[in-house]
Amino acid sequence: MTTSELTLPQDQVPVRTERGPRRRRIMGAGKQMHAGPLTYAVLVLLTLVSLAPLVWTAIAASRTNTRLAQTPPPLWFGGNLFKNLQTAWDQAGMGTAMFNSTVVASTITIGTVLFSTLAGFAFAKLKFKFSSTLLLLTIGTMMIPPQLAVVPLYLWMADLHWSNHLQTVILPTLVSAFGTFFMRQYLVQALPTELIEAARVDGASSLRVVWHVVFPAARPAMAVLGLLTFVMAWNDFLWPIIALNQQNPTVQVALNSLGTGYIPDQSVIMAGALLGTLPLLIAFLLFGKQIVGGIMQGAVKG
Amino acid sequence: MSSSKQALAHPAPGSGAAPGHQPGAARGGRGTPAPGTSSWRSRLYRWDMKASPYAFISPFFIIFGAFGLIPLLYTAWYSLHNVQLSSLDHKTWAGLDNYRNLLSSDFFWNALKNTFTIGLISTVPQLLMAIGIAHLLNYRLRGSTVWRVVMLTPYATSVAAATLVFTLLYSWDGGMVNWLLHFVGVDAINWRESTWGSQFAVSSIVIWRWTGYNALIYLAAMQAIPADLYESAAIDGANRWQQFRHVTIPQLRPTILFTVVVSTIGATQLFGEPLLFGGVSGSKGGSEHQYQTLGLYMYDQGWIIGNLGKASAIAWSMFLILLIVAAINLLFTRRLRKSQ
Repeated sequence: MTTSELTLPQDQVPVRTERGPRRRRIMGAGKQMHAGPLTYAVLVLLTLVSLAPLVWTAIAASRTNTRLAQTPPPLWFGGNLFKNLQTAWDQAGMGTAMFNSTVVASTITIGTVLFSTLAGFAFAKLKFKFSSTLLLLTIGTMMIPPQLAVVPLYLWMADLHWSNHLQTVILPTLVSAFGTFFMRQYLVQALPTELIEAARVDGASSLRVVWHVVFPAARPAMAVLGLLTFVMAWNDFLWPIIALNQQNPTVQVALNSLGTGYIPDQSVIMAGALLGTLPLLIAFLLFGKQIVGGIMQGAVKG
Repeated sequence: MSSSKQALAHPAPGSGAAPGHQPGAARGGRGTPAPGTSSWRSRLYRWDMKASPYAFISPFFIIFGAFGLIPLLYTAWYSLHNVQLSSLDHKTWAGLDNYRNLLSSDFFWNALKNTFTIGLISTVPQLLMAIGIAHLLNYRLRGSTVWRVVMLTPYATSVAAATLVFTLLYSWDGGMVNWLLHFVGVDAINWRESTWGSQFAVSSIVIWRWTGYNALIYLAAMQAIPADLYESAAIDGANRWQQFRHVTIPQLRPTILFTVVVSTIGATQLFGEPLLFGGVSGSKGGSEHQYQTLGLYMYDQGWIIGNLGKASAIAWSMFLILLIVAAINLLFTRRLRKSQ
């Protein structure tokens, strides 16, 4: 049974109401003014501020350590980029780190998207005792700083001899309160209750409903949550630098080692920073629109 | 949201609601149950309906419980013990010693003050600029998506990568910032040693990374403001600035509160930026501890000095401070609502 088989009378299909006001706003007189040249000038300036540090990372990564200590600082690329990238990759452990971070961030992303969709669906569409209390509790957990957990986690991981193993940084981050709330907010309006009822009438079990009705409806939000989660997991800092060391680092652990003098060569350090950021920059280039949409979506309803 | 109740009632009496499916469903074994197994199946069905919501939310609560809530309580327990990194198995009861120790430590109060100062100078300009940027992005722009993605790009940079780059940009000798400043006649500033200089530098990293993110959140809220409000304001003769001041800002109020709360939580935990800005001896937060935040102080006490009991006490102090801030925020919001 797929969603397409479950046709509903047209008038029962909930139409997303947000379309209405938005269209009116674009045509409305009040505020959707065309931007003037001054607006563009300011935006260009802001673009410069946003991107300059990243471009300069690449410039610095293409120079030598001695050149970076001289005044004026280099403003254009030199010829050392490849050599520095290679040093960072081999000696600073960025190669291992990139591999580890890919494993860690991917696993966390899959777990978070899956568990968040299940829980989000339950909170959005199912009736059960204490559901609103539990939802409130879920949201409340976002307030707890990660510092509150790291001492016992560190002690337990040492007991289990898990220090320096990747599961140490994967397991605690496998679920997300933000993700659960994000999926709930999406499914409340994107998943017609009639669709679930129709599946129920056909005698579908809850798991079938999830597989054939919830997942197809949730797919766009799952993709966006996946992107946001991947960015957060890739950039996670506090717990990884406590749990892992330079023997088996993630990208952030390797960068932390670089920052604390592991290899005292600024051009190599910049090459490491460039390498560690590159995957996310590529993701932004490819899916920037979706990531922006996800953050804005999470904001309005959150 | 009556889905579960209705669906519960359906299968048992025979699914009359879906006559077309009946024969096939009966043969296939799902849908209308065969008479003999009817009660067993409907019981299973009812059990499924009751249990599945809990099954769906359980992964979150189990994993959060194991790696969030239980450690939180253990942190409180350890904060009452003497736990040393060098001898993890010897935990001895210390009562409130760790807390007493903290309250009488200049470094604790210094870290608290730094956290507050850096939090203030990173959050306030950041949110003000974010509102301004959101206002610009809310115009009809050519390539509006491109501008939004560009503003968010710093968010793709990790704390570690961003801090490494900014540390180099802020270096005293030959750094980009000092070089640019000399054109406007400012002498080289020692960004790492001076108190306000280092706090400003650390804050600028936070501002750079998060302003675009907050701008998008404000933009989303701005786009949800009904156009009629602007139309009637325009009819009343309000100019653009007055519209911004009297329509946009009041409508954004809940969103502003939301971002203030989120930024406050972030500022209380500030850790990676000052750690890496400090280089080799980063956990001290500078030679005079001039940018040692609470998060950094905790890491320093726990994993550099090796006193995990004291680190636990610092963690709980951070939590208590957050709870106080949250309570103040709640009071403030209530009062705001009442006054409206």
